[in-house]
Amino acid sequence: MVKKGAWVTIENVVLLASERGENLPADTRRTDLKKWVRGTLARRAQIGGPAIIVTPSGRKESGVLVEVNPSFAVGYGTYVPELRKAADQAREFMRGQLVENSDGSDDL
Amino acid sequence: MRKKDISYAGVMARRSKILKSSLGIDYGVYESGSIAFDYGALMAFGGYGFDDIRGIQKAVSAGNTPLIELRNITRLLRQLSPPGKGARVLLKDEACNPSGSSKERRAAITCHHAKRAGYKGVVAAAGNSYGMAVAAQAARQGLRCVVVQECYDSRMRCQPEAVEAARKCEALGAEVLQLSVGPEMFYVFLSILEETGFMNASLYSPFGVLGVETLGYEIARETNEKYGRNPDAVICAHAGGGNVTGTARGLIRAGAGSASVIAASVDLRGLDLTSDESYNLKSFTTGHTGSGMPFAADPDRSDTRRSAARPLRYMDRYVLVSQGEVFYATEVLVALEGLERGPAGNTGLAAAFSLAREMGQDEILVVQGTEYAGAGRHSQAQLSFARENGIVIKFGDPGKNIPGKNIIIPDTPERISAVEQDMGTLRKSLITNKTKGYPRDSITAGDIAFLAEETKTDEGFVEAVLNCG
Repeated sequence: MVKKGAWVTIENVVLLASERGENLPADTRRTDLKKWVRGTLARRAQIGGPAIIVTPSGRKESGVLVEVNPSFAVGYGTYVPELRKAADQAREFMRGQLVENSDGSDDL
Repeated sequence: MRKKDISYAGVMARRSKILKSSLGIDYGVYESGSIAFDYGALMAFGGYGFDDIRGIQKAVSAGNTPLIELRNITRLLRQLSPPGKGARVLLKDEACNPSGSSKERRAAITCHHAKRAGYKGVVAAAGNSYGMAVAAQAARQGLRCVVVQECYDSRMRCQPEAVEAARKCEALGAEVLQLSVGPEMFYVFLSILEETGFMNASLYSPFGVLGVETLGYEIARETNEKYGRNPDAVICAHAGGGNVTGTARGLIRAGAGSASVIAASVDLRGLDLTSDESYNLKSFTTGHTGSGMPFAADPDRSDTRRSAARPLRYMDRYVLVSQGEVFYATEVLVALEGLERGPAGNTGLAAAFSLAREMGQDEILVVQGTEYAGAGRHSQAQLSFARENGIVIKFGDPGKNIPGKNIIIPDTPERISAVEQDMGTLRKSLITNKTKGYPRDSITAGDIAFLAEETKTDEGFVEAVLNCG
C-alpha cells in the first residue's frame, strides 16, 4: 500500500483506440491515447490500482497508480565512436592553424 | 448546473471559446471580413513597445547573450572555399539564457502578460525548449505552470531530449502531462486550459513573437559595434515561424533590414510524425520540416486564429540540413571552439558550414542561436537512442540520408550542403492556402496587397498565382 502524500505517477486512457480519428495512420489508430501525470497521492492506493493525485498546478487527476517516487532515466547514452572520429578529423584538419592569440587581433 | 461535456467532441466544439478566453485576444477586431487582416494592429496588442519588451526581459535575465566569433570554424571553412570566399561566422550563444535557449525571451513576455492580465498560471503545449523556458519564467514570475508533452509511443520509447525536457520542467515546479503519440494532444491541451483557466502560453501569440525581436536587434547592434557593419546574412532555425519572424523584425528595427534572413530546418521529409511507429525514429524533436514546411505555407494552422509568427513575410531563403550534418557541426563546435552545445540548437550552425562558403571573406554570417547541452540533450544520447531503435549510423555522403532509416555523418566537412528550397513554391502554396474557398472575383485589392506582404513579393506575383491557379 502506498501512503497518502507520496509522489507518484498515474496513467490513464484519454481515448480508446476505437475512439480515435480515422485520419490517423493505422498504427496510431490501433493504440489507446494514454496520459501520464505526476503528483501527490490524495489518499492511499496500491500499485496497479485506482488512485487520485493532486498535481503541482493544484488539479485533481485520477488514474491507475504506476510508479512511486518516479525518476527520469536520462543520460548520455552508450558510446558512439563516429562522433569522436568527426571531432578528431576536424582537429587534425586544423592542426597547427588554430587561432592562438586571445586579444582578438588575428588575421581573419 | 449541467455538467460540462468533457468528451473529445464536447471540448473540440468549444475550441474557439476556450482559445479566446485563454489568450484574451479577440481576433475578430483585426479581420477585414475577407482574406486580409491587420497584422500590425495584432502585433500591437497589449501595448508593448520595444523598450517595454527589453525592460521585461532584462528584469528576468532573459537575453543579452554573447555573440561569439567562431574563428577556428571560419578558418576551416575558408580552407574549403574558393579563393576570396568564406564569410566570418558569428554565433549568438542563446544557451546562456536561464533555461538554456532563446525561448526564454518569448516565455518572459508571455509570463509577464499572463500576470498583468490576471491569469494564475500558464499552459504550454510544448515538451521541448519552449516548455522549459515557460516553466522557468513561470517559476521566476510566480505563476503556476502546466506543460503538455507528446512523447511516448506504444512501446514506451521516448526521445532522450524529451525525457530531459520533462525532468527540467518538473524540477522548475511545472506540472508535466505526458501523452502517447497523436495529434489529439490538442484536445488534452484545450481541456487543461478550460479546467485551470490559465493562459495559453502560445508560441504564436504576439507576446511569443515580440520576445524574439530583441534577439535580432542585439545581433545587429553587436555586429555593428564590433565590426562596423550590419550582418550580411542571419541564419534562423525554423519550425513554427516565430523565431524567423521575431529575429527579422528585430533586425529591421535596428536598421539591419538588408541582412538576408535564411531559415534552416532539419530535413525529416518522408517520416510520418503522427505515426506511433515512426514518431521516435527522429533525432530532432523540433526545428524540423514536420513543422517548418506546413507553418511556412500556412501560418494560421496553430493554436491561435491568426498567428503572429508569419515567416514568409521575412524569409529570403529556406534551406534544409540533414540530421547527420547537425551532429557533425555540433562535434566540430566542441572540437574547434570549445563550446559544447546541444544538437537541438545547432541546425543553423550546420547550415552555416555550407552557406559561409558561398559568401565573401569580407561578409558576416550570423548563426542566430544555440541551446544548452546536458543529459539527454547531447549527440551521444540522441545517436545511441537512434541506434537502439534500428537507425543505421555511418560516415559518408549526408545527401544520401533517409530520415527514419539512417543518419549519415559527413565524412568530410565539404560534404555539408544546405539544400535550398524553392521560395516560389512556398509562396504559391501560401497564396493557394489563404485563398481557398474564395472565388476569384471576391478577392479584393486589399487582399492582394495583404498576400503580397505575406509572401514578401508584389501584387503582380500574387495576381499571376491567382490567375493561373
